[in-house]
Amino acid sequence: MSEHAMKPIWYFVGLILSIIGALIMLSGIYHLISPPEVKTVLSDLHPDIWWGAVMILFGGTMYLKSRKPSA
Amino acid sequence: MEAIGLSFIDWVIIIIYFGFVLGIGMYLRKYTLNQEDFFLAGRKNSVWVAGLAFLSANLGALELLGMTGNTFKYGMYVAHFYWIGAIPAMLFLGVYMMPFYYSSKINSVPGYLKLRFDEKTRVLNGIAFAIMTLLVSGINLYAMALVLHTFLGWNWDFSMWASAITVAAYVSLSGLMSAIFTEIIQFFLIWFGLFLVSILGIIEIGSLKEIMARINSFSSQVSFTTLWSTSSDPTQNGMFISWGGIVLGLGFVLSFGYWTTDFLVVQRAFSAKDLRTARLTPILASFFKMALPFIVILTGLIAIALSIDPHSGFKLLRDGGQINYDSALPLLIARYYPAGLVGLGVTALLAGFMAGQAGNVSAFNTVWTYDIYKSVLNKNASDAHLLWMGRVSTIVGVVLSLITAYWAKSFPSIMDYMQAIFSWVNAPLFATMLLGMFLWWITPTGAFWGLVAGMSSSFLMYLAVKFHWFAERYITMSSVQSDMAANFWRAWWAWLICAGVTVVISLFTKRRPKAELVGLVKGLTEENYDQHLPFTKKPEFYALISLAVLILLNVLFW
Repeated sequence: MSEHAMKPIWYFVGLILSIIGALIMLSGIYHLISPPEVKTVLSDLHPDIWWGAVMILFGGTMYLKSRKPSA
Repeated sequence: MEAIGLSFIDWVIIIIYFGFVLGIGMYLRKYTLNQEDFFLAGRKNSVWVAGLAFLSANLGALELLGMTGNTFKYGMYVAHFYWIGAIPAMLFLGVYMMPFYYSSKINSVPGYLKLRFDEKTRVLNGIAFAIMTLLVSGINLYAMALVLHTFLGWNWDFSMWASAITVAAYVSLSGLMSAIFTEIIQFFLIWFGLFLVSILGIIEIGSLKEIMARINSFSSQVSFTTLWSTSSDPTQNGMFISWGGIVLGLGFVLSFGYWTTDFLVVQRAFSAKDLRTARLTPILASFFKMALPFIVILTGLIAIALSIDPHSGFKLLRDGGQINYDSALPLLIARYYPAGLVGLGVTALLAGFMAGQAGNVSAFNTVWTYDIYKSVLNKNASDAHLLWMGRVSTIVGVVLSLITAYWAKSFPSIMDYMQAIFSWVNAPLFATMLLGMFLWWITPTGAFWGLVAGMSSSFLMYLAVKFHWFAERYITMSSVQSDMAANFWRAWWAWLICAGVTVVISLFTKRRPKAELVGLVKGLTEENYDQHLPFTKKPEFYALISLAVLILLNVLFW
């Protein structure tokens, strides 16, 4: 067996969702400050901001709960 | 079609995903020490890991572009693939079949055929399965190339080769474990990346009721928004099929053939840490399977509702004069997602395709290594040699699937192609498995020739219709035709022919002694698993809940 116990899959899922969620939310905030020339349908709802936040919340919780390696 | 441009942030997200999966492959490499680690992920997974991987292995191109495109083409009848066309079979696998699979400690489904029947049946199925996985893997590559072509304007060849090399790299590094890890990551990326399309589609159109109303007002003769109420007359539904074809072809043969015998999905349950976990694996997956129409079917219905509204500006792509149904989902992503979210949507699709391809490749390398190479070519291969062979066959499998990807391009809709393949291989195999697992007197000779008859008859029926040797109506027993209906009915006939030949030959050939079949056949095996558990902890309890949800959904959308 390897020297260190393997990290659970939830650690990696939480990490990637948090990172991508943060990037999307930051991008949404940037679009709010500096609106793009070409707008998508329903862009006034700023789905990138709130959907990015949902991803950070979900991914962050998963990451924090799985930082300890599995036995 | 003008390529949809990706912004800097979209590229960053896509590159992060590619780096992430390659990094996971390298991280898991140090935990992949022997053949059991490589081919069965060490048999130590929890029900959540095995269950989500079980579902996600099937959640590739098939579920995303294909099903959304098919909903546009056939209407809500496509939901049958998720409900009656999946759930009963998944529950049957967990409740009845898994104990025989898991307890016999086999490495693959063909391995069970070897124990129950003989070597030649195992090798026949192993070869058929290996070819099928390469074909299906090719379809994943094709679908991925479509996304890259649609969004980025990339060259088809470059798209397919780039993704294939990535999959070959991480699967050859750590085998099934890295395939499972990326499948689970893909599961979450798909929900976060694509469910928002459904939400925004409902917001734009007004409500689910309004979506249905718009479709119904446009198509009053043929229903695109019902599940069963128009199934007594094939001319009244978008799939042109009767309830008989759905129940016998899809619900029974194709569904049970796929979910209970296709090693691609069953392999994930084999990686579970114990029998109860393995039995719960498909049962847990069934709940998530039932939820998927809220992404793919709903998205397809939104695409129909938008396309019939001349003011929406929404129109599917055309390839050579034919509607490209599979472009529905990418076009909706482009419609609703601003920069950043586009990157997530594209990544979700890429993740789905790559995980689908990785699933096929990891199943292929196992069946090739155990059921063909070790079984026929090198019976005394060492553990280290088999591990090496697993890595080599991964790379060879990816290259061969690249070749098949070009064939997939000739079909207008992905799903039709997929079902055609399943009806050749899985439908007859299900007859062999069912008879072999539940009737002790089925003989090895009967099983082998039944399988040969079932597979060849299905393939011949396909060729006969394709080259107009005889009319499709003789297979579908209907005056109106669709590719999907033909697939369902062909699967049913192949199953029936396989079962009939197997039974008849078994009546006249030598049976194996009952003592040799203990642990492999129901009725000869003591079934004392999970008896110490209270009913609410047993897999059967969760299977009943899943069945109740299935009935409720079918009644709601009747």
